[in-house]
Amino acid sequence: MSQAPPPARTARRVTLLFLTSLAASVAFAVAYSVAASIQVLGLTLGIAMLALGAGMAVWSKRLMPQGPFVEERPDLEPTPEEERAAAEAFVSGERAIGRRKLLGPLFAAAAGMLGLVVLWPVRSLGPRPGSALRVTGWRRGARVVNELGQPVRADDLEVGGVITAFPEGHVRSADAQTIIVRVADAVLRPPAGREDWAPGGHLAYSKVCTHAGCPVGLYQADSHVLICPCHQAAFDVLDAARPVFGPATRPLPQLPLEVDGEGFLVARGDFSEPVGPGFWELEPPREDRQRGAS
Amino acid sequence: MTHVDTPVGKLLSGLDRRLGAAKFTRSKLNYVFPEQFSFLFGEIALYAFVALVATGIFLMLFYSPSETKTLYEGSYAPLRGVEMSEAYRSVMRLSFDVRGGLLMRQIHHWAALVFTGAVAAHLCRVFFTGAFRKPRELNWVTGVILLMVILLEGFMGYSLLDDLLSGAGVRIANAVVQSIPVVGSTAAFWLWGGEYPGSGFLGRLFTLHIFLMPALITALILVHLALIVRQKHTQFPGKGRTERNVVGTRMWPTYMTMSTGLAFMVGGVLALMGGWLQINPVWLYGPYDPFTITSGSQADYYVLWIQGALRLMPPWEVRAWGVTVPNPFFPGILLPVVLFGLLFAWPWLEAAVTRDWRTHHLLDRPRDRPARTGLGVAAIVLVTLLLIAGSDDVIAVEAGWSIVAFRNVERILLLVLPVIAGLLAARVARDLSRAEPLGADAATEVPAPASGGERG
Repeated sequence: MSQAPPPARTARRVTLLFLTSLAASVAFAVAYSVAASIQVLGLTLGIAMLALGAGMAVWSKRLMPQGPFVEERPDLEPTPEEERAAAEAFVSGERAIGRRKLLGPLFAAAAGMLGLVVLWPVRSLGPRPGSALRVTGWRRGARVVNELGQPVRADDLEVGGVITAFPEGHVRSADAQTIIVRVADAVLRPPAGREDWAPGGHLAYSKVCTHAGCPVGLYQADSHVLICPCHQAAFDVLDAARPVFGPATRPLPQLPLEVDGEGFLVARGDFSEPVGPGFWELEPPREDRQRGAS
Repeated sequence: MTHVDTPVGKLLSGLDRRLGAAKFTRSKLNYVFPEQFSFLFGEIALYAFVALVATGIFLMLFYSPSETKTLYEGSYAPLRGVEMSEAYRSVMRLSFDVRGGLLMRQIHHWAALVFTGAVAAHLCRVFFTGAFRKPRELNWVTGVILLMVILLEGFMGYSLLDDLLSGAGVRIANAVVQSIPVVGSTAAFWLWGGEYPGSGFLGRLFTLHIFLMPALITALILVHLALIVRQKHTQFPGKGRTERNVVGTRMWPTYMTMSTGLAFMVGGVLALMGGWLQINPVWLYGPYDPFTITSGSQADYYVLWIQGALRLMPPWEVRAWGVTVPNPFFPGILLPVVLFGLLFAWPWLEAAVTRDWRTHHLLDRPRDRPARTGLGVAAIVLVTLLLIAGSDDVIAVEAGWSIVAFRNVERILLLVLPVIAGLLAARVARDLSRAEPLGADAATEVPAPASGGERG
């Protein structure tokens, strides 16, 4: 404190800061009325507030009583007498209530039930899940359409190509979104039971990541891997979309495809498993159950 | 009898006489604040919250919480003719066609980042100095509740914009809620109004973000401050400072002027940031659609640690007896519950270990409590590693590393580094404490007997 500038000079400094703030405030108002750029608005408003605040800080630090002041703490802990008096006041009331042995518990039951039932309207917030998490808009014979609703022909896609698809009538549906990748027939090695699900090398998988639901939007054609950009879960499209990296635990459900008489891709049914992130009621996948049984 | 002749003085004495508040007024005007820079984190948080409310009121007059699809025809040429939600369009309009709109939006977003950061710094200060000890356990608990509410509030806020980035965040949040055992899918259906993306979700989020959560935060802040006023500030040991007094500057006029000055300075810095530093340029991300995604998605840092945990979690989940506990439950729900549970329980855990249940108004120097300091540093390192993991894809791409190898390294670091850092911090603390012991006279000196009303 010994090197502190004399009060007169400090007061001049505070004066200057307040004048700066005043000018910047006026400048802000002018800038706003002429629709100046965001940088000018931010600068003038910022200076107006910074200079005002700095002036107040200097004023309080240099020109106001600093103390140190000493204040005694109140004793928050009660004396034994105070504690006893408070306890007695409570206990006498408690006794008066306890005299009616039935009323207390009955009151608690009635009030508790009321407390419970006023929570009931929470049920109106949304439907119960039912089977919604297990089915999508895909049906047997549903035509494959792109995000503009145009049907997709079997030869629209080159080998190595990828397309986001929906069932006809459910364009942009969040749970039916499907990613179709075309691979060369020669590299296809479908698991048992899925031999004829990928006509012409068109492999269709749910685009909803089985980890946290982001769209599995990145495809590395050379390694045949689908990647989710949110947590980098990666799925091998040649191996039934089994997770090969990242936090996902379940493969992407596959959509069985076929080509209809006019050459358009159509679904042969819904996905092989419930799509999207897991949930409590989700049964373990079939192969797990088989492994558990053997 | 009155000797108060200024207008404000007259108003105060008039209120005093009608409310019997003279004694209260005097004691509060003479309230003594111990001064230490780290005590300002809480105040900075408070003033950032004021800035959030002020800018938020402006923003809510322009935002429209509707998922209805519409075509953009505004002044941002690259998105003209693009289909988007009414919500995203209202944000575009606010950013490009409302005068001062982008400034308010950017100040609001920066204020949220400063708010959460100041709260975290304040939490660290209280933790490392032992300010949570008896009699302040209740205020510690209030503060931890505030922290949880604030993190949720921030996440809700940037989810309202319905841009490609925030949409992915909401999608993940839905999956995390759905992963809760037994009630998860029902809870997700109730919150979102149906299967994802639900119906009317933005409207619910908006009501929560602009009304319920701010009201809750305000109420909790009032409780937080009332408890401080009742129990008075802690102070570091030093000359004339004891367990029975508070030494510092008075509320009126010095501290009030200083603190109001700080409020304006916080506002000024936020205004400069809002004007000059671009934040959350949603027009570059584009509107959200459940089937679109971009790589390099980042959450705001205060939820990024959960994103990091979701990434580092190995591909395990529980499947037994015909039910599933999905993978996101462990990093997304269990980890935060455990971390916040430890935070809540800390005052009692520490007292149980140290067997020190006494009242403390004098703070610890972190170096004098090596075990606590080490644990705190370990926790900070853990959360920092999770934060880094939340952007590890971007880091790996920028550095040219293999994400596969990098993630395995991160997992090992997550297990090892907090322990090493904690032990190291405890060691350094112990050495520092020995090298420079707390002055024996500092804590025991008899306080000056001056009362609150007298100048010391």
